[in-house]
Order: sequence, then C-alpha cells, then structure tokens
Amino acid sequence: MSAAAVPGLAVRGASKTFGAVVALDRVDLEVQHGEVLALLGDNGAGKSTLIKCISGVHRLDAGSIEVDGQEVAMTSPAVARAAGIETVYQDLALFDNLDPTGNFYAGRELAGPSWMPRGLRWMRRADMARSAAEIVDRLQVSLPARSATVGMMSGGQRQAIAVARSSAFASKVVILDEPTAALGVRESRQVLDLIMRLRDHGCAVIVISHAMDHVIEIADRAVVMRRGRAVGEEIPRPENRARIVSLIVGGDD
Amino acid sequence: MQPRLSGVEPMEIDDPAGPERSEQADPTRVHHDTEPAPAVPPGRLYAVQAALVLLRLGPVLILAVLVLVLSASSPYFATTQNLGNVLAQSAVIAILAVGQLLVILTRGIDLSVGSTLALAAVVGALVFESRGGGVLTICVMLLAGAAVGAVNGLVYVFGRLPHPFIITLATLSIARGLALSLSHGQPISGMPHVVDTVGGGSIGWLPYSSFLVAFVAIVVTLFLTRVVWGRWIYAVGGNPEGARRLGIPRSWVLVSVYVCSGLLAGIAAVVTAGRLNAGSPTFGQLAELDSIAAVVIGGASFLGGRGHVGHALVGALMIGVIRNGMNLLNIEASRQLIVIGVVIVLAVESDVVRGRLEERFRALKAAGA
Repeated sequence: MSAAAVPGLAVRGASKTFGAVVALDRVDLEVQHGEVLALLGDNGAGKSTLIKCISGVHRLDAGSIEVDGQEVAMTSPAVARAAGIETVYQDLALFDNLDPTGNFYAGRELAGPSWMPRGLRWMRRADMARSAAEIVDRLQVSLPARSATVGMMSGGQRQAIAVARSSAFASKVVILDEPTAALGVRESRQVLDLIMRLRDHGCAVIVISHAMDHVIEIADRAVVMRRGRAVGEEIPRPENRARIVSLIVGGDD
Repeated sequence: MQPRLSGVEPMEIDDPAGPERSEQADPTRVHHDTEPAPAVPPGRLYAVQAALVLLRLGPVLILAVLVLVLSASSPYFATTQNLGNVLAQSAVIAILAVGQLLVILTRGIDLSVGSTLALAAVVGALVFESRGGGVLTICVMLLAGAAVGAVNGLVYVFGRLPHPFIITLATLSIARGLALSLSHGQPISGMPHVVDTVGGGSIGWLPYSSFLVAFVAIVVTLFLTRVVWGRWIYAVGGNPEGARRLGIPRSWVLVSVYVCSGLLAGIAAVVTAGRLNAGSPTFGQLAELDSIAAVVIGGASFLGGRGHVGHALVGALMIGVIRNGMNLLNIEASRQLIVIGVVIVLAVESDVVRGRLEERFRALKAAGA
C-alpha cells in the first residue's frame, strides 16, 4: 500500500440521491490490489448503494469511479464487468437449476462461431467444463459432484460458487455483500479462506459485513459509513473493536 | 443455515455478548461434530437420493405401466394400427407441449395455443382457397402462429404485465374470435396436398406427423442444450433477476419463448388441418390445457427452470395413451376427464414433493458431508 501505487479501485466524490433521500454524500474510497477493504455501517448507511454504483446497477449523480487509474462511466453491470469488477450480491444471483459450470458462465458462455450473434452461437461445453474445473481447483472449493445442480448444494457451497464465479472473471476488483451472512461456522470459514486467496491473487477486494470477527480477521482496512458519508477509517484489530462499533452507531458525536 | 451460531449473525455488532459467544463458538471450527451431523446416518441421504431418482423417472415408469396394463387388458391396444393412431392423436398435443415447455421453463404459461392453432388453420385454408400453393399456405400458417406469439411476448414484457396469464388469456379469446369471423363460423375444407400428407399420411402404420414431432423434438432439444439462447432460457427461468444482472437479455428471451410457442402452434395447425383436410375455427379447443397438462405430467417443473423436451413428449404420449386406452375399454369420456385431472394433480404434487426432497437432501448434505 505505498502511496505511489495506483489504486485498483478509486471512488471520488460519489453522490447519489433517491428523491429526497441522500444515499451517498461525496464519498471517497480507494482499494489497492492485494488489499481487503471492509465497508462497515448500520442499515441504511449507504454501503449497498455505494457498491451498486460501483458495479453499475445504479448511476452516480456526481463523482467518478476509476479502475487502475482509468475513469470508467459505470452505466450498466456489463460495463462494470468489462472493466474487471465482479460483485457477489447477498442473494448470490445463482441459478439453482444449473450446474456450477452453467453458473460460472451464465451470460458469458464460451461459444462460437464468432460471426454469429451471441445468443445463436453453439456452446463449447467441454471447454466451459474444463476451465470451470480449473477455477474450482485453483480456489480449492470443495464441491460434490460437479454435474449436480447448484440448488442441491449447501449454503456454503453455493456461496463458494458465487465467490468463485466472481473471482474467476474479476481481473481487478471483487465486491462481496455480506458473504458470510446465513452461513454456519464451518461454511463461513470456507468463504473467508476463499476471500484471502483472492487477495493473494492480487485482487482488490471490498467486503460488506456485519460480522466483526470476520472483518478483524480478513480486512486490512475498514471504512465506516454513516448516513451516506464515509465517517472514518480504522485498521481492524481486536483492540479497535469498540472504536469501530462506536463509529458505526455514531456514538462519539 | 445455523443462525444460532453467533459468529455470523448480522446483528452481532450491537450485541455486547458477541465476541465472547463467538469465541466460544470457535472450537466448532475444528470439531465439526458439534454441529448436528451425528444425527444424519448416511442411509437417510441415500434414501432421499433414491426417492429423487424415482420421482424423476416417475412419468416414464407410469407410461410404461400404462402401456403394459392396456396391452394386457385389450387385445387391440398393442396392434400396430392402434399404436399408429395413438401417435397420430398425440402428435398435435406433443408439438403444442414442446412450445408450452419453452414458456413454462421461463415460469410462464401460454393459454392461447389452442386458439392460435385454430386461427392459423383458418388463415391457411383461406390462403389455399384464394391462391393455392402448399409452401405458401404452410408459411402463412406458421407466420400466423408466430405473430400471435409475438403479440403475447411483446405485450407481456413491454407492457410490464405481472404475469403472462392475462395476456395469453386475452389472445385465447381474440385469436378464436378472429378465426370465427374470418371463417364465418364454418369450417373451410380443402388443404394443399403436402399439408394433407404431413397431417394424415403415414409410412406403413407410422404416421408422418410422428416424424414431424421427432424432428421438432430434436431441433428444440439441440436449441435448449447446445445453443447459448437455450441456456439463457433456463437461466431466466431459474433466476430472472440474476439473469438480468449477469447481462442476459431477459426481455428478449421472454419474448422469444412466446414466439416459439406460437410458431409451434402454427406447426400443430398444419398437422390438424392436414388430418381433417380443412381449416376450422373450432380446432384446438382446450388444447392449451392438454399442452400444459402434458408438460406437467411429463415431469417438467411448473415453477420454471426445470424440464426438457422429453418431459413434454412423455406427457403428451401419456395423455394420448390414457384417452385411447379408455376408449378401447369403453370407459365414458366423462371418466377420462376425471382420470386426466387426477393425473395432473399427482404430477404437480410430485413436483412439490421433489422440491421438498431436494431441500431435505441439501440439509442432510450440509449437516453430514
């Protein structure tokens, strides 16, 4: 995290209003490659709006988003993905009726010939299965039979598939919204390990989480949001816990 | 899945007891056995798995049992002539059911297919009457079907209707009305030779229409399993919002399945018109219900995302076999309606049971694996 390094992702002066509600108020944020940034805040603090703006679901009213120093106009999820940003939503956006490979490649199937319109191409199913297997091995995700539909898998495995899908295609930034909510202890462990491997592979990672233990364990830095603004930044350590919590709930002002 | 484990509860931050409790939970990270795993003997997992396999094979097994029982109880059933009859009678339902399957895969329903069939047949008969020409007549019938489907899809998607039920109910009425007024309520007899052959001809006892069904089935199967658009149909059925977020053109995928369903209703019109050498506004009454029943009885999920062409074919055959068999056994038509209704209930219920079992399977897996 040297000051000279170009951040993997930089948000500058991000503002967003929904009618009379100010969801984001001039938020600045930077994440380096190989860094895990925790985004903290109470419900309605603006975390979700911020990541939706970064991932192209919402458009910023003002401010800019830069990936590797290049400003990108995030007009749609496809633009964000093309810029190397992948997002794991809280609801995972998995297809229960497809197998892991189908989930990995949903919307970006390997297919040809290239002169055909995208939707009418013939899928290269063997190629997809092979590279999906490689991704699964590389990230050390343990799955049951790879041909089983995702609907038949446990919560942790589903989460792992969603994280693996994003990390497989994210060249630069991975955003995870509550990746361990609704998971058991052992399943959370699997997902946390996966996040740390993402970091080791050089991704800039943003994690939204309410689970302070997990934040302290995996995050290099924590930015706290309140009422649409970034109100503080801490290095998450066990001894900082009370400070961070008071930042979140606004106890010290 | 185990909300009682405090370490992952979202509200933990506001809870002063949070850290202590999750530290107590820490040992479970090493000793997995403290989760409810010991309560799950592997046998139960296999039992659930076996039940799931049985449910998936159910429709085929039931069809096989039906054929065996009918062969044993009626000397005519298993004759080639009668089997040819069954195939010919099932062909129209099968073609409509394949279209209905595409729609149901996206969590939709197309109530208009019977009326669309009638409209296409009437329009085709009128074209043949005024101009003749087999190819032109067939093309017009297919186009008429696809056009009704396009109206269904476009109004449903871009009219932002909450469910396709209403728009397809409306076109059920409109297409039937158009067919009646174009034909002045009377059947128009006469169809080109090629249509008569497709609908009524046969090679030996095998009707041409069953080759057409096979062709349609193969094309649609390849489309669904090998072509990107087919994968998108499943994706939209499995998770419409997720599909949108991943850049799948959800709106056009939805429109396309209604166009396909309409087009297949046009093909079914060719078969029906060819069999009777006429185009009649009364064709295809209640055919929409047969096609929906076939898809559901065959084992596709009414909730969307699950099913393949084989399901539609097995369901259509099952309806054909039940009707034919009960005719042979001199069972009144009223009882046939009741039997088919009961079969539909059983099929939908087994879909629900399948969902429950899969959930159970998942829970057992999570606890034990």
